[in-house]
Amino acid sequence: MATLSDRLNINSQIEHLQAKYVGTGHADLTKFEWALNIHRDSYASYVGHHNMVSYFGAVENESIGRVKYEFLQRMLLPCGLPPKAQDQSEDEEEK
Amino acid sequence: MFLYSLTLSRASGIQTAVYGNFSGPKAQEVVVSRGKVLELLRPNENGKMQTVVATEVFGQIRSLAAVRLTGSTTDHLAIGSDSGRIVLIKFNKDKNVWVKVHQETFGRSGCRRIVPGQFLAVDPKGRACMVGAVEKQKFVYVLNRDAAANLTISSPLEAHKSHHITFSICGMDCGFDNPIFAAIELDYSEADQDPTGEAASLAQKHLTFYEMDLGLNNVVRKWTEPVDNGANLLIAVPGGADGPGGVLVCAENFIIYKNQDHEEVRAVIPRRSDLPGDRGVLIVSYATHKKKAYSFFLVQSEYGDIYKVTLSYEGEAVTEVKVKYFDTIPVTASIAVLKTGFLFAASEYGNHALYQFVGTGEDDDDVESSSAQLVATEEGFQPVFFEPRPLKNLLLIDEMASLMPITDMKVANLLGEEIPQIYALCGRGPRASLSVLRPGLAVTELAVSPLPGAPTAVWTVRRAASDEYDAYIVVSFANATLVFSIGEEVKETNESGFLGTVPTLHTQLLADNSMLQVYPGGLRHIRPDRRINEWKVPGRRVIKAAASNDKQVAIALQGGEVTLFELELGTGLLVEAEKRDLAEDVSCLELPPVPEGLQRAAFLAVGTYDQTVRILSTDPGAGLKNLAVQALNSVPESLLMLYNVGPGAERASEGGLFVHVGLQNGVLIRAEVDRVSGQLSDSRTRFLGTRAPKLFAATIRGVRCMLALSSRPWLGYSDQGRFNLSPLSYDALDYASGFASDQCPEGFVAVVKSTLRILAVENVGDAFNTQACRLRYTPRKLLIQPEARLLIIAEADHAAVPLAEREDLQARLAALAEEQGGAPVQGVEFNDELAALEEQFGPPKGAAGQWAGCLRIVEPSSLSTVFVTEMDNNEALVSMCLAELRMPGGMGAGPTGMETVLLVGTARGLRYMPTDCEAAYIRVYRLGDGGRRLDLLHKTQVDGGVPGALAGFKGRLLAGVGPTLRLYDMGKKKMLRKCEYNRLPHQIMNITVQGPRIHVGDAQESVHMMRYKKADNAFYIFADDVAPRYLSALLPLDYDTIATGDKFGNLVILRLPQEASQQVEDDPTGGKMAAASGKLNGAPHKLEELVKFHVGDTITALQRAEMQAGGQEVLVYSTVMGAIGVVYPFTSREDVDFFSHLEMHLRQENPPLAGRDHLAYRSAYFPVRNCVDGDLCSQYASIPMKKQQMIAEAMDRTTGEMLKKLEDIRNKIL
Repeated sequence: MATLSDRLNINSQIEHLQAKYVGTGHADLTKFEWALNIHRDSYASYVGHHNMVSYFGAVENESIGRVKYEFLQRMLLPCGLPPKAQDQSEDEEEK
Repeated sequence: MFLYSLTLSRASGIQTAVYGNFSGPKAQEVVVSRGKVLELLRPNENGKMQTVVATEVFGQIRSLAAVRLTGSTTDHLAIGSDSGRIVLIKFNKDKNVWVKVHQETFGRSGCRRIVPGQFLAVDPKGRACMVGAVEKQKFVYVLNRDAAANLTISSPLEAHKSHHITFSICGMDCGFDNPIFAAIELDYSEADQDPTGEAASLAQKHLTFYEMDLGLNNVVRKWTEPVDNGANLLIAVPGGADGPGGVLVCAENFIIYKNQDHEEVRAVIPRRSDLPGDRGVLIVSYATHKKKAYSFFLVQSEYGDIYKVTLSYEGEAVTEVKVKYFDTIPVTASIAVLKTGFLFAASEYGNHALYQFVGTGEDDDDVESSSAQLVATEEGFQPVFFEPRPLKNLLLIDEMASLMPITDMKVANLLGEEIPQIYALCGRGPRASLSVLRPGLAVTELAVSPLPGAPTAVWTVRRAASDEYDAYIVVSFANATLVFSIGEEVKETNESGFLGTVPTLHTQLLADNSMLQVYPGGLRHIRPDRRINEWKVPGRRVIKAAASNDKQVAIALQGGEVTLFELELGTGLLVEAEKRDLAEDVSCLELPPVPEGLQRAAFLAVGTYDQTVRILSTDPGAGLKNLAVQALNSVPESLLMLYNVGPGAERASEGGLFVHVGLQNGVLIRAEVDRVSGQLSDSRTRFLGTRAPKLFAATIRGVRCMLALSSRPWLGYSDQGRFNLSPLSYDALDYASGFASDQCPEGFVAVVKSTLRILAVENVGDAFNTQACRLRYTPRKLLIQPEARLLIIAEADHAAVPLAEREDLQARLAALAEEQGGAPVQGVEFNDELAALEEQFGPPKGAAGQWAGCLRIVEPSSLSTVFVTEMDNNEALVSMCLAELRMPGGMGAGPTGMETVLLVGTARGLRYMPTDCEAAYIRVYRLGDGGRRLDLLHKTQVDGGVPGALAGFKGRLLAGVGPTLRLYDMGKKKMLRKCEYNRLPHQIMNITVQGPRIHVGDAQESVHMMRYKKADNAFYIFADDVAPRYLSALLPLDYDTIATGDKFGNLVILRLPQEASQQVEDDPTGGKMAAASGKLNGAPHKLEELVKFHVGDTITALQRAEMQAGGQEVLVYSTVMGAIGVVYPFTSREDVDFFSHLEMHLRQENPPLAGRDHLAYRSAYFPVRNCVDGDLCSQYASIPMKKQQMIAEAMDRTTGEMLKKLEDIRNKIL
């Protein structure tokens, strides 16, 4: 039987993991947050695999250096603006 | 199915290049990464870049840095890869291998967001290095040396910062103060939380200095300051005693000098005047030239322009940054400045080049921007403009061929040659080409001169043993001998001392610089002082065969009497040493070279007409006794003995000794001779051609190797421990000999009928030789028109200006046409001068969504364009197929009503990310003039997306338009839509048809097997795949099996299980009912994965081909990085066992250099299955002898047997 202290311990362990490994999910993860991680991971992987940046560069007729830069730049907002928080949007509607 | 994967031609593109002195002090070398291959390059005396060693590392190399410890004269190399480890290696010059010095694990493997390896920076004094990830993590390692001056490495120190994206890092030069690393970072944490987008728009890049405190052994964020938001690259400025220190921040349009407690100094990067206003100028590569008195930086922009950046400073205060236009060369991935005044440019696509500096770029005519003249206006800083011009400061010395990127490839025998040719579409924009690859080595013809009559043999002789170059060419005819002296020109001479009135059998320069001529009547020994000793054959007999090395001469008389002479060094006389009657006519003799430091070679090989080869002992007193006898199945025609030079061997004479026998039936036998007992073992045979191979020694890369002349010439040489036998792409030769001269240090002189030719082999080690023809835009698709034996190429460039709108070019083309008498010049690619300029400057940039493209028909034998037509209406060519369609009545299609037409899918204003277009069309072209012309019949607009794939299907057309599969009938005015299926996942990329089955490849969701039900006029999916695969290539292997290649570099073979296949065939509804039920929204049947293998490079095309006359069919693939590889299906269980075991042992004993686990690498996306990595197995030949023996013992074989197996399988493939 898990005791309360165990549960706390597990929570803190998960928190530790989430802090250490960026992109680790949790129960309340939103679709947007999940997509953010996927997109950032993808861009990082493309930049790391030279064959992939070259492929994009050849297709788009851009220099590889430019493609790499654009990909890194896109990691800032890979899926557009974050959605408004639930309660916040309700407030606005009331107004 | 069990496969053996082998890279035939390694990737030729370069990912990054670093300059350093790796093999010795002052050695001018460049290490390049070709994605998964690490290669050491060095220019030779003639300024040709040569590969010293290429090592497959079984991992993705992401960054390289040269590390020079203080006081050391050579560099170590640090590798950042996907292994989650930092690896430091050192080059061992004697063994010609990289040796791993340190390997420290810091994270998980793979190219992950937070695992370092993407960036690598080294303190210029070699005291520390930083390895960084794209996000968050950075580790600093302290490098030091122990008492024995070996490199030591500390445990890692963390310099992490969460939610920070890193753009670049560099090691700052701060003399002997604490090492500082600078990084450009961007914090995204607030942008993620703010739905208004305000935080994102305010996000600011920062320049941060991390100081490594050597005393406290920790890293601190020392200083951070906002920097221009376009910043992408950091360059360290020499500091300490050599300069002001600090960094240059390259940002879009600007170069900014920054340092702690220093005001930023900003200069604009001059921009081309024809550049659209919305495009920035980004620096993509740089090189630092560092000298005590004078340092400068060369930076290259994304358009190819090189700028020279110089700083003016007083003490530590920088007063001015100057950016001056230097020259323009094709865009590079890396540039490296060699201390000897060369610039190595590793192009991102297309050929790499070596330039020599011929100017300093100080010319006042060239545009310069300076921080002092910076003008700020309301719209930002005022730009400075320039016009690119032809090279002024750089001079092209050498080019290194690169096929990168291969966008499509076909293997076919269109020219009726022995083996099929590989047609590859390579390059991008104006540097694009159609390359024809043929297995074999390219030969350059340096001279061809006619001779009086048909010579029987040719030799070259040096004047003295120590000479570098040959002095004489001796040509023997049926009854005379001519001698030519080699000087400024080659001319006949009588001063050599050779007897001209007899035919010559053999010549040799002996160790005391005397020359020997063997003719049927005897030996003529020409002493260095031109005294002549003659030895006449006793009686009426004649000499039939002769062989020699520089201390021994062997002759065989008619009847089989073999006599061995030795050179007495004291008296300088040739003395008869041994004699033996073999009682059988001798056909050939061979003496190997005398091993260094020894008196004589221990063996004499004799081939006789009773179909045997004997190895005789030359020991004094042994009386030429038999050591070994080998019976053959044909008469030996020629013999040659070679030492095998393995990288494990210290000296050339230390490896194994091999005897090569050319037989009259065209077979070459290679057998190892035991260096003590003379026993023959481990013989291998290979059929070379229809003529008996004649074997000659020649020198390649300073090593004696073999020329074998059969119905085609072959070159046998050792490459990284493995003996290679490659055909030469040249006519059959009759006789040959090695040749060295000033112009041609390593060539050979050969006789073909009545001409004398001087030839040289280039690029030894390459599996293919290439012929290329220029194209106009990036080629996308290649088709073969089988009846007419022509190639059809679709070319298209995004963001490019079509030829018709290029006013500058139109004017020049018109002028050219006038010059040539009115015939219009259709494009730049037809004029070398214009094409060269276009290649150098690159085409002007168009707007996003602007397209230029053309369709072209090429004749493969002459590689000439027979037809070319430009695309109009801003349409991008995306797909193309030849299909036999049922033509509507009245279109004159012949009695069957069927006609083969070219169908082209186009998209107007196509844009990427996300893929979108204004309109899409299918164009139908009729083939006119025997397939040499295309006539547009009609054009049909299609809706629903980009027509990504087209294929003929039972007289109709299948088109994959976006996620929709459609069936079209040919109509008079347009294509008629008959049926559609619109529930495919994303975007159809490939369609292949196998009888009634249709394989549809999706951009993200692998293959779907579909059928068309005529009665219902409907498509349905009856089988699909279980894994998402981003398909890039698809090839049906048989009715149930398909080979696929994906963007991430996996080669997967899928098969429909037999029961499922049967079920689908037997089902009266054709599986339709089952399809309706499905499994979890999928198809009722699932494809099985037979073979899975991670190639490590995007696969762009798959083809089946026999790469050898009468050989087995293999699967050939091409990749974006320009590699060509094959997978070969094993034919016996025994081979499978052998190679899987060898692979297993090598994984243990020979772990990859970059630190990635081999098994994990080959399983990077899907666990490897049923495929042995031939590239790893091939490394067996280059690992140390001890390990080779250990593995051989573990497998119950000898090393010779192991190597033979490896050689055999390679010979089966190519």
